[in-house]
Amino acid sequence: MTAQSSETGKIPSAGVSQRRVKELCDVAQLAVELAKQAGADHAEVVVREASELTAKVRLGAPELVQEAGSCALGLRVVRGGRRAVTHTSDLRREALEALCAETVTLAGFAEVDEFALPPDPSLLATSVPELDLYDERVAEVDAAWALRQAIAGESAARRYDPRVTNSDGATWSRTLGASAFATSGGFVGGYRGSSASLVVEPLCDDATDPSNPKKRNGFWWTASRFLSELEAAEAIGIEAARRTVATIGSRKVETQECAVVFDPEVARSIVGTIFSVANGSSFWRKSSYLVGKEGELIASPLVTIIDDPLRPRAAGSRPFDGDGLPTRKNQVIDRGVLSPVLCDVYSARKLGRQSNGASGRSVGGNPGPTASNLIMQPGSMSRQELLRSTRKGLYVTNLMGFGFNAVTGDFSRGAQGFWIEDGELTFPVSEVTIAANFDEILKRIDAVADDLELRTAIAAPTFRVSHMTLAGTSRN
Amino acid sequence: MTTTLPAALRAPFASGGTAAIDAQLANRLLGIALEAGGDYADIYFEFRVSADYSLEEEQIRTLGRGITLGLGVRVTKGDATGYAYCEDLAWEKMAHAARTAGQIAVGGGHPPVSVAPMSSIALPAFYTVPTPSLVVSAHDKLALLRTADRAARAYDPRIVKVEASFTESIKEVLLFTSDGRMASDVQPLMRFGVRAVAEQHGKRQGGNAGGGGRYGMDYFAEAQRDATAHGREAARVAIAMLDARDAPAGEMQVVLAPGDSGILLHEAVGHGLEADFNRKQTSNYSGQLGKLVASELCTVVDDGTIANSRGAINVDDEGYAGQRNVLIENGVLVGYMHDRLSAKHFGISPTGNGRRESFQSMPMPRMTNTSLLGGKDNPEDIIKSVKRGVYAKRFSGGQVNISNGDFVFSLSESYLIEDGKLTAPLKGVNLIGNGPEVLRQVDMLGTDYALSDGIWTCGKDGQSVPVNVGTPTVRIASITVGGTQA
Repeated sequence: MTAQSSETGKIPSAGVSQRRVKELCDVAQLAVELAKQAGADHAEVVVREASELTAKVRLGAPELVQEAGSCALGLRVVRGGRRAVTHTSDLRREALEALCAETVTLAGFAEVDEFALPPDPSLLATSVPELDLYDERVAEVDAAWALRQAIAGESAARRYDPRVTNSDGATWSRTLGASAFATSGGFVGGYRGSSASLVVEPLCDDATDPSNPKKRNGFWWTASRFLSELEAAEAIGIEAARRTVATIGSRKVETQECAVVFDPEVARSIVGTIFSVANGSSFWRKSSYLVGKEGELIASPLVTIIDDPLRPRAAGSRPFDGDGLPTRKNQVIDRGVLSPVLCDVYSARKLGRQSNGASGRSVGGNPGPTASNLIMQPGSMSRQELLRSTRKGLYVTNLMGFGFNAVTGDFSRGAQGFWIEDGELTFPVSEVTIAANFDEILKRIDAVADDLELRTAIAAPTFRVSHMTLAGTSRN
Repeated sequence: MTTTLPAALRAPFASGGTAAIDAQLANRLLGIALEAGGDYADIYFEFRVSADYSLEEEQIRTLGRGITLGLGVRVTKGDATGYAYCEDLAWEKMAHAARTAGQIAVGGGHPPVSVAPMSSIALPAFYTVPTPSLVVSAHDKLALLRTADRAARAYDPRIVKVEASFTESIKEVLLFTSDGRMASDVQPLMRFGVRAVAEQHGKRQGGNAGGGGRYGMDYFAEAQRDATAHGREAARVAIAMLDARDAPAGEMQVVLAPGDSGILLHEAVGHGLEADFNRKQTSNYSGQLGKLVASELCTVVDDGTIANSRGAINVDDEGYAGQRNVLIENGVLVGYMHDRLSAKHFGISPTGNGRRESFQSMPMPRMTNTSLLGGKDNPEDIIKSVKRGVYAKRFSGGQVNISNGDFVFSLSESYLIEDGKLTAPLKGVNLIGNGPEVLRQVDMLGTDYALSDGIWTCGKDGQSVPVNVGTPTVRIASITVGGTQA
């Protein structure tokens, strides 16, 4: 029923051809044209196609095989300074014509927003750099192979230790996608991407307190755009089991002020939180405690964060941004000083400046500042040295909940991890919270390790905050 | 309500639609799905029209609309599931999806199971909506946003910023199962939200208010939840929080306000009672049926039949009618929430909890409207009984680890209780506890049970579904408050 259905049928595997990217670009351009015919002054169209394969096993047997593809088109129009955004999964020409007419009508209900105009055409990207984001070999994987990988990961976890008594399963999955974007300002571009991952989730029984037996879960994973860059399934299973077994006997600790060390798995969520208050949208909305602090010291001088959308093969890379502008590497924090925040065209206009090419766009939404590969730079000491220099504190491996107020910076989240005593990890800790104002947290970072691994779009090394309030049991 | 819907809001697969699906065609698809040897198959057609409107800086900023249409095919063989979907109702695409899902059973070794003759199941009607909001002109909805904006600004000159939003959808589903069940339902859903920001002496605080459910514009007919009331409430919270002080840290008595506090129940016990976790023995509540798992004051119910509530369902996404299920009765665990797979495992009837986010996802046991029922204590007496503690009034969200039962939930409006009185407002803070332990710590329950005004969305395994929660005033003897004042 889609405009391309006959062509799609000719592609033997789930793979995305360069030709398919071109076809999606053509659909996007067609929709831009139809929107202009329907009365739009400006139109922007994104078309995204994705196919997924998910293979999950549990206790050695297949639990789920899911295989399917989907396609969606998002349209944003501006007419007389008024805008509307719509989306559909129906790409037939008559459906697109109806959508364009409806979107233009819808825009008539909005109020004039002088900032909503598209970017100056001279700023648009004129070429799409090749960032090597697609691996043919990922497309060649079939369900049987994926199930074997998942089984290998899960059985390695179950063999690792007799205390691994159960399993939440192991899942191997891949996504192949293509994205095309066209604007009435003259931009058209598209690219394809692949990703593959394996996650293993073992379970232990914890009878440390016989009156209150608990189950302990954990996980470990590998992910990449390239099949050859995935770690071996067995290694993932073993690491998942090691991490899970280590949490047996977790307990609360006393309420106190202490150092908090963030494992890279949670350190990157802190970096994500920084981005949520250091972007053009939160700035013009004044919904960030950092408003007005560009150029000021907002974190420890040990903190440098870079957003780099142009890294070849990386998870968060993109060859052009959600406004059709060329992407570029941007500083976010330079040795503790807040750089000009990441902006899309709209938020940049609201702030009276130029976009720095950091726009992201979903199919059904307006564009907005979006991080690409957001990376906190490593320090010079090893993780071991960092731990050894910590007398007493909490090593955090898992954070829970959403306790962050962007306007005030108040931060309070549930935490799980290990107690540090005289530079050594001693016993596992759970059911405590860590709290402080985010401004204090960033300024109190007093050690950054050199263990940065670039396997996620947002990445950070291990770092330490000199002191936070840990809430746990009452003090005796 | 179906009679009042214009053609653009009716599913193409509905009878009389452009791609009408009848029982005969469904039988053929199910037959293809079972060709490779599956035990059971179902096909799930979904059509969803949604719209959203937002106001910011006293102006209508964004209007949006979206349409999705698709078919999900599921085939099971023992405990294994094959799933596929398509967005195109052309026969060859649907047949391809059915064949793909059926591959799970390849090498199964028994002759194809035959598809039973279809019979429609009789459905209740828990959300009769005289006029779905999607039918009403956008002007009326934009007027509500402006009203809320004005009301919030008029509440106090320290309100410096207001955002208001209205989202609405109509989802039509049609499903057929290989054991002969056929059901269809039209599910309206709307939500209204206001956020206000107050500023004083350089300090800023925000407040949120809102509500909704399976209503049309009739939702706003009651004065306590019209656009003005929501605007004023958001402003009230923002102004109250201007004086917020640092919250205490450590274990203490906590009193939960009625309504929204049900989110604690949802996280602390609700997820652990979803039967998929118990079928797999991965929940803290596995093997606990018939045992005392909570204070004897506690009776916990999941009820999909509460009229117009955000979590109400006439039929779940596997073709079983929504129903009221008692989970914990006077502290004793009496039942789990089931989907078809887990009900079969436990040898009982499905409980109407098999839900899915969309045709792109397979059903799982999910909550609907989950409540802790009211008790015998006067709510004022409960607050008076606390010498030093925290009164939790509004929440921004929660999370649970199913396996060990640890949960957190985030307070967006809370007060210190000192000598039986609410005193200072407290800065945003988390509560952290362990599900089974915290329910044992419930030692007073108010008579003032209330259902939350529908704002909650529950996420599990990447799938979001609308839910609702309810509680009376609750006293918890001890729980860890995650403030900064150690």
